[in-house]
Amino acid sequence: MSRLSVKLPGLNLKNPIMPASGCFGFGQEYAQYYDLSLLGAIMIKATTLNDRIGNDTPRIVETCSGMLNAIGLQNPGLENVIHEKLPFLYQYDCPIIANVAGYSEEEYVEVCERISKEKISAIELNISCPNVKQGGITFGTDAVIAYKLVKAVKRVSSVPVYVKLSPNVTNIVEIAKAVERAGADGITMINTLIGMRIDLKTGKPILANKTGGLSGPAIKPVAIRMIYEVSRAVNIPIIGMGGVMNEDDVIEMIMAGASAVAIGTANIIDPMVCPNIINKLEKRLDSLNIESIESLIKQTKEKRYE
Amino acid sequence: MIKLQVIDKCEISKSVFELVLQGDCVNRFNTPGQFIHIKVPRNDLLLRRPISIAKINKENQTCTIVIKVIGEGTQAIVNTDVGQYLDVLGPLGNGFPSEFLQSDSKVLLIGGGIGCPPLLECAKQLRVRNIQCTTILGFINKESVFYEEEFKKYSSVYVSTDDGSYQIKGNVKTVIDQLNESYDAIYACGPTGLVRMVNQVYENHPHAYISLEERMACGVGACAGCTVKKKQSTGNLKVCSDGPVFKTGEVIV
Repeated sequence: MSRLSVKLPGLNLKNPIMPASGCFGFGQEYAQYYDLSLLGAIMIKATTLNDRIGNDTPRIVETCSGMLNAIGLQNPGLENVIHEKLPFLYQYDCPIIANVAGYSEEEYVEVCERISKEKISAIELNISCPNVKQGGITFGTDAVIAYKLVKAVKRVSSVPVYVKLSPNVTNIVEIAKAVERAGADGITMINTLIGMRIDLKTGKPILANKTGGLSGPAIKPVAIRMIYEVSRAVNIPIIGMGGVMNEDDVIEMIMAGASAVAIGTANIIDPMVCPNIINKLEKRLDSLNIESIESLIKQTKEKRYE
Repeated sequence: MIKLQVIDKCEISKSVFELVLQGDCVNRFNTPGQFIHIKVPRNDLLLRRPISIAKINKENQTCTIVIKVIGEGTQAIVNTDVGQYLDVLGPLGNGFPSEFLQSDSKVLLIGGGIGCPPLLECAKQLRVRNIQCTTILGFINKESVFYEEEFKKYSSVYVSTDDGSYQIKGNVKTVIDQLNESYDAIYACGPTGLVRMVNQVYENHPHAYISLEERMACGVGACAGCTVKKKQSTGNLKVCSDGPVFKTGEVIV
């Protein structure tokens, strides 16, 4: 056991750092920059049953300390992901977490059943994509619907299921408790916050989809608060995400209640951000007198009851 | 990720700045039409700005970029003092293909506004191969004209202005129609209207190429933010990694 390693359902992480889904494609682009085996895990781009071409452009707009995206789940579809994308990742010593999205319960179930038979370590059930008209977020904003979906997916999945929660709800704890009751092995949070920007010259929204998901450092305090609340309400582990840019943010998120941390938008600015954070993490633990990531997770848990 | 030092900076037309950047990684810069992805030196502006390469000088390990100030990000980049460093990714993307050209080939370059710079390195490299080059540069008016003399070093140059305040009144299409010649290759970069026109007029030309712009995030093909629709089939291509240069008729502009 190294100081950075973390053990979670289905995941033996050599360190707590993983690129977040949607910000890392299927790994190939970033493999030109570093050895992906350095990563704790990889969360692949959302996969749906059939291929999706996504939304019209503009799909991206910058905001203060953040960005809005409305990609619309563009992906080559389940069979292409299995045959053309996953095999590339098998060469790396790095657990794969497959992000699965869908229009309907049937689609989620079919994709989860099929993809869990591949060499993946876990599923990240995406019930929180804000950029598609059907499915996605509608499953993540209603505790009853979320419960039913997770229950159905758990029945067919042969790997642990982590559920990706949306922050675009009144009470995220209620959704978290519902997915835990339904048998979720873990939670990943938070997905993006729904936002909009208007073009002053036209008076119309800049994004073709009108709204998009806000990510980047602007949303980190929201993520920290929600992880803090949810970690006190459930007993399953949380993989935290939302505006993490550096090793301090990683430690802050673990102190809030996360057991591992995903890096999203930061990859888009600096392709080397994940290995750089992994490199600096031990030194930062030293300066804070923290023995290991596991000990920090344990200490944080104990504090919950104080 | 690399650091390039700003060693020279000057305003070459209204709000348009030429920056000369130096670093040993310039040795990897080859194909005209590629771009560098520049980090805005401000923490609140996250996204890099894709900027095309106007000149490559391997001897001095320098490259030249031209930036039009259109917002806070481009303003912050041009505010970088001489001697300071820019954080850069690249070179990225695919440039203008030219390996098929012969020494007696005839080439047409069509640039509009801030789309002109990447064609300059193109003209320079074609000149080295003794390829005959004609350049049409389109601008809004006389005040916005730049790089006419630079292009004249390597090609015969026609300039059009929308309001007729300098040289030919009209747009680049006016000049194309007046010249009425055929070319072995056509390379174009400029505003959407110009690129769309070239994409249509030269749709079936075997070697006509357009360089596209789109709001971009990662720049390396991972985020699928800067897509463009394929013309022949359903699906998308990525401007950053499949482009920014596309063959005419390949995508819908």
